[in-house]
Amino acid sequence: MLGGLYAIFAAGLSLIFGVMKIVSLSYGAFAVLAAFLALHFTQATGWPPVLALLVVVPVMAAFGWALQRFVLQRTLGTSALPSILVTFGIAIIIENVLLITESADQKRMSLGWIDTAALDLGLIRLGVYPLGLFVLSLVLLGILAWVMAKTQFGRAVRAISEDAPTVELLGIRPKMIYAWAGAIALALAAIGGVASGIQTSFSPTSGGMLLIFAFEAVIIGGIGSLWGTFLGALVLGVAQTVGANYFPSQGILIGHIVFLIFLAFMPQGLSGKVKRS
Amino acid sequence: MTMTRPELSPVKVTRWTRTSKFGTPGVLLVFVIMFALPFMTALSNIRPVTDLLVFIILGSMWNLMAGYGGMESVGQQAYIGLGAYGLVVLADQVGVNIFLAVPLAGLIAGVIAFLISFLAFRLTGGYFAIGTWVIAEVVKLIITQFPSLGLGSGISLYAMSAFERDLRIAVSYWIALGVTLVALLICVLLVRSGFGLGLTAVRDDPTAAATSGVDVSRAKRLVFVISGIGTGMAGAIIAISTLTVQPDSLFSVQWSVLMIFMVVIGGVGTLEGPIIGAIIFWGLREALADYGSLYLILLGIIAIAFALFFRGGVWGLIQRRRRFSVFPTGYATSFGRST
Amino acid sequence: MTLVVNELSAGYGQLTALRNVSFSVEGGEILAIIGANGAGKSTLLKTIAGQLRAFTGSVVLDGEDVTSLSASARARRGILMVPEGRRLFPSLTVKENLQLGTSTGRKGDWNLDSVCELFPLVAERLNRVAGQMSGGEQQATAIARALVGNPEIIMLDEISLGLAPAIVVEFYDRLGEITRRGTSVILVEQDVKRALSVADQVHCLLEGQTSLTGRNLDFADIAAAYFGTGHR
Repeated sequence: MLGGLYAIFAAGLSLIFGVMKIVSLSYGAFAVLAAFLALHFTQATGWPPVLALLVVVPVMAAFGWALQRFVLQRTLGTSALPSILVTFGIAIIIENVLLITESADQKRMSLGWIDTAALDLGLIRLGVYPLGLFVLSLVLLGILAWVMAKTQFGRAVRAISEDAPTVELLGIRPKMIYAWAGAIALALAAIGGVASGIQTSFSPTSGGMLLIFAFEAVIIGGIGSLWGTFLGALVLGVAQTVGANYFPSQGILIGHIVFLIFLAFMPQGLSGKVKRS
Repeated sequence: MTMTRPELSPVKVTRWTRTSKFGTPGVLLVFVIMFALPFMTALSNIRPVTDLLVFIILGSMWNLMAGYGGMESVGQQAYIGLGAYGLVVLADQVGVNIFLAVPLAGLIAGVIAFLISFLAFRLTGGYFAIGTWVIAEVVKLIITQFPSLGLGSGISLYAMSAFERDLRIAVSYWIALGVTLVALLICVLLVRSGFGLGLTAVRDDPTAAATSGVDVSRAKRLVFVISGIGTGMAGAIIAISTLTVQPDSLFSVQWSVLMIFMVVIGGVGTLEGPIIGAIIFWGLREALADYGSLYLILLGIIAIAFALFFRGGVWGLIQRRRRFSVFPTGYATSFGRST
Repeated sequence: MTLVVNELSAGYGQLTALRNVSFSVEGGEILAIIGANGAGKSTLLKTIAGQLRAFTGSVVLDGEDVTSLSASARARRGILMVPEGRRLFPSLTVKENLQLGTSTGRKGDWNLDSVCELFPLVAERLNRVAGQMSGGEQQATAIARALVGNPEIIMLDEISLGLAPAIVVEFYDRLGEITRRGTSVILVEQDVKRALSVADQVHCLLEGQTSLTGRNLDFADIAAAYFGTGHR
């Protein structure tokens, strides 16, 4: 049931990569940053991590807004190199700042009894927390998909990624729209980061793997499709879990291999929306 | 009716500019001096210079792929590891002469690069970047499965124990110097050739290049493989120099961080740029190595600043003052006499 | 409303494509900009719309100088352009394209229903994906998308390009409906006769400069100005 967690992560990445067509290698690092912020918050206030979200998410969203508006917006252009460089640079900075301010070892947040609670459904035991994440991911993705499909904002984002100058002719300011989209994406990263921090341990260097998982989910599911990303996350989660069952401690590798198989034989992903090569 | 043709003096176009006529011999002179280095200074100074040479190789190879080929890979560490492992296997387990083992290790890396290219090329731009990173992770995970390769802790190189310590350091250095020379030579020749021209066309506009007759995927694949070979040889040198192969270190994405930063800060898409970037990075590392994370943060800030404001890197800034090139890859025209 | 263009010059990099063009348009008027390929007609529209920065000169709408405003700011003030090549958003449906048109936030007679009345072609295809329509359908949608924004002045860049004459006639017939409500129209056209049949004013461009301007002009004079022949 890792799928739910990955789905939340991948949703934000899908929005940035697929719809906004921006390369963000800093996505994982931001998720980890959010996890640390939440950790400190819970340690400082004694409140449960879920409430920490109320603070962390707006903070990260604001950061995402500013980052997009003032930094990433400048990297848009014909070559992907500037955005790769800038976002990679940001990821390195965040990772190392965390390494300095925190120790390098693993941390974890806890929700108390929920951590190990499980539903006994006869054949299988479903962890309550993963189940909750799964439901949450459905809800979040549903909301995001609705926003993209039915609101003026969502339409604007889709239009901008196709033809920004013409969007301007209609009276919309692309920079503003993209800034808000950046905020949403980082808010999702924050939720994913905190959720991950509760489920498994994390450290300043966890950002890389998180990014990779989110990316794999997006590719398996198909770039540009939010529901595809959801499916992709599920597939990845299942691959890793089942893989770990048969080849102990190789779950991640199995996940990678499944990703590569999809890349080789179904590069347009499950949703088949965009032709890749 | 006869047509009279105006007498046109033939124009010669050469790749040697005024400055590269001094620059290239200058570089060769530097190489000669560097060859003599182990005789001139303490051996403790040689190790860092070997590292610098490795950086130059890595930077040039990444630049070849990204700056000229338009492929920004974040997964070149795969070939560093493959080259290193390849060298140890060839030298220790197969018993190949160490000098031969280096290019062979590079070739091994190149073959794997060739195979990987079929997967990786299904992606472009940022997706390609992360995709190559994933593939590098997979390579590492697969290699560390084999007990004969030391699983997760890696293996040590014994073939160098034939040399006593001082000579070993010098030999590692000379090998590195040789490979650097070859790598730069390959870069110069490639860029000068018609292939290089086609490559620049692909980088600028793949569709236009394709319609002009450039076989886009073949060109990209060739560059990708060459870059893999060069990067693999760098990995082999690292193995020789440090005597061990540690998967967590060699397959780390930090190598890609290094390569990208060197090229960006030095100047992407030029031959001189990565060399400058390597020197800068190396200098910073020597000066700030004790500061660990802080120095990486500084590096990150510098790279972002360059990516946003100085797209041409340091070499680009220099070029703004006076256009000159060190290598014979510029253009100069001269007018000959009509016969 | 009055739109005044004064000594406008613009271009691309070092190329000056437009030089010292001046004219004014009143409410409900139709101004036709004619000229050969490359004369600068599209450049003119783009500069008025704000997609292109003017080198010199000014664009004044109802007394307000909009020359330094962005394209989106000008759109919100009522300067709307239907660009060359339609430029619909291909993966969005017709309805979604129209809905985006309302982003100007301007109130007026035009809304989804009224433009659908004017263009039955559009009304029948509201849920069609824009990229999968014919040229005529796309053109109608593009014009409707601009109208829905309730422009003070709507600029049409070569709407007859690539369309069957019968469809073009239908578009031109509707121009009257647009101007009847006080909206002005600037029309860029290669088809001179068509343009003249509806225009109140004509402005002819030759190599970026005004070669002839006025009302009720003689066709022979226009031809001379268009081709750059005649007394100069």
